[in-house]
Amino acid sequence: MMRRFVLIAIPYLWLLALFLVPFAIVFKIALSDAAIARPPYFPQFDWVEGIGAFLAELDFENFVWLTEDDLYWKAYLSSLRIAFISTFLTLLVGYPMAYGMARAPEEWRPTLMMLVILPFWTSFLIRVYAWMGILSNEGLLNQFLIWTGLIDSPLTILNTNTAVYIGIVYTYFPFMILPIYSALERLDGSLIEAAEDLGCSRLQAFWLVTIPLSRAGIIAGCFLVFIPTLGEFVIPSLLGGSDTLMIGKVLWEEFFSNRDWPVASAVAVVLLLLLIVPIVLFQRNQQKQQEAEQ
Amino acid sequence: MTLKTMTLTAIVALSSAAAVAEEVRVYNWSDYIDEDLLTKFEEETGIDLIYDVFDSNELLETKMLAGGSGYDVVVPTGSFLARQIQAGAFQPLDKSKLSNAANMWEVIEDRTARYDPDNVYSINYMWGTTGIGANLAKVKEVLGDDAPIDSLDLVFNPDNMAKLAECGVYFLDAPDEMIPAALKYIGEDPNSMDADVVAKAEPVLTAVRPHVKKFHSSEYINALANGDICVAFGWSGDILQARDRAAEADNGVEIVYNAPKEGALMWFDQMAIPVDAPNPEAAHKFLNFIMEAQNMAAASNYVYYANGNKASQEFLEEDVIGDPAIYPNEETLQNLYIKEAYPPKVQRKATRMWTKVKSGT
Repeated sequence: MMRRFVLIAIPYLWLLALFLVPFAIVFKIALSDAAIARPPYFPQFDWVEGIGAFLAELDFENFVWLTEDDLYWKAYLSSLRIAFISTFLTLLVGYPMAYGMARAPEEWRPTLMMLVILPFWTSFLIRVYAWMGILSNEGLLNQFLIWTGLIDSPLTILNTNTAVYIGIVYTYFPFMILPIYSALERLDGSLIEAAEDLGCSRLQAFWLVTIPLSRAGIIAGCFLVFIPTLGEFVIPSLLGGSDTLMIGKVLWEEFFSNRDWPVASAVAVVLLLLLIVPIVLFQRNQQKQQEAEQ
Repeated sequence: MTLKTMTLTAIVALSSAAAVAEEVRVYNWSDYIDEDLLTKFEEETGIDLIYDVFDSNELLETKMLAGGSGYDVVVPTGSFLARQIQAGAFQPLDKSKLSNAANMWEVIEDRTARYDPDNVYSINYMWGTTGIGANLAKVKEVLGDDAPIDSLDLVFNPDNMAKLAECGVYFLDAPDEMIPAALKYIGEDPNSMDADVVAKAEPVLTAVRPHVKKFHSSEYINALANGDICVAFGWSGDILQARDRAAEADNGVEIVYNAPKEGALMWFDQMAIPVDAPNPEAAHKFLNFIMEAQNMAAASNYVYYANGNKASQEFLEEDVIGDPAIYPNEETLQNLYIKEAYPPKVQRKATRMWTKVKSGT
């Protein structure tokens, strides 16, 4: 009995220490006011004044501010749009690759898997910097296109949303490939043979059998790409232009440029609430899948 | 050996190791010192110097207000320094450790006292103006020979900017510099602390924003020098550095700097010691080293900014002390304005306006 209790308590303590406590701190700052102080907000908790006086100073003013200024909801919407589109693009690129890997001869698969994972051994920042070198006006891509004679003057790709999509798809497609690959690899080939024997064309068999059976992998991959993309900061700030509006960038600006910790915290709390919806959906999907397997 | 002696030996060993590896961490603006000075300091004092750079007062302030930055010497601009002093971010300087204090220039100290009363917390490192850097040939090609390169009209008149967009314009990513300039252009008080007056800068900035290639506070040095852009609204010495880099590269790019004739912002970068500096002793040594006349002159000769050190002036090269863009004459000096720190509510409005202007929403 005791052992069971301890076993259950450990993950909960983990959650408490690494999620709930930091969240409570951020939430508390979101309720305070910006001030010229160190750290730059007020009130700060003071044992002498007591908890009552402390709580009385807190209010939801910063959340009201978020609704009054259209910058924020535009940034949330724009982040959602960018996250949806990039998830879709990643799926478009990732699925055929995962399919190819799963269909490849058994002895090739570890090598192909290695090729997908290998870029992770290089720092993420360096890989994004490399894209800056590829996409800039004098970059490799434009040089190549001009050399082939396809275009006369360089295309402006760097510092636009296109560059952001390229960066996100490049960075996150392994997260899409891996779950889809593991779903496709387990797929029983005889089911497709059966479909074809029963008169399906290859395309129909793919659409009616392969896709539905890899659905769990697709859903898992989409969530793994969608969730981090929504709060992405590094890619839009390095590859995007000044009109690339993403909430991660707004959050950074609030914190580092505006030094407005309370508003930055309020933005973070709302972002978290936005993320909870897909995370809960993801959990339910995983659970259903597990139940189905049992 | 008993446990006690072992522990003692360990403590002695550790503390002597710490004494050997004494270090001082300095956080200064990018492209803002002659790097030979850094080695010279290490040779003279035997202290390891760790030198990091930044390009935004806002970023520095975030670190100062969060505390625990780990730096011993930082270099905020006057208006930011004032706010950080108020927040309790700095320790008063121990003047007894600054034997070179007599070298400082009272003309500048009088002005910096507006931010740091009696100059208790800081010494002046460099000062300068914010103005217009132009690639002469390109600007004339676009706007004709009578292009207003010494006027705010060049960067705040949408007609001029629409044409300049072809060859590229960079603005500083610094609301505390750009908002006063926009206010000056429409004839308002650039140092206004009134939220309604500050708000008048927004339409001026929004009107020219589509023609600004990038808001950035350090990349314009190289961009100007390479000829990638033709106009930058930036800091005097940075633009003069661009001028020199272009001359060295001999790439046919000629850069000129002008403080706008309508009036230019005069700013002061001050060296100060954070209240939680790990090694204030070494920080004072670094300040005293910088205050030495020849060292300060070497720094100014290298970065083309004027300094607040009277004694250094005899060691300055003629193209520094004799250049009115660096050491303005009396007439230009009359035309310079200063900017104090905004109160918190106005600050929030100003920074929010800046975010909006930049993102174009």
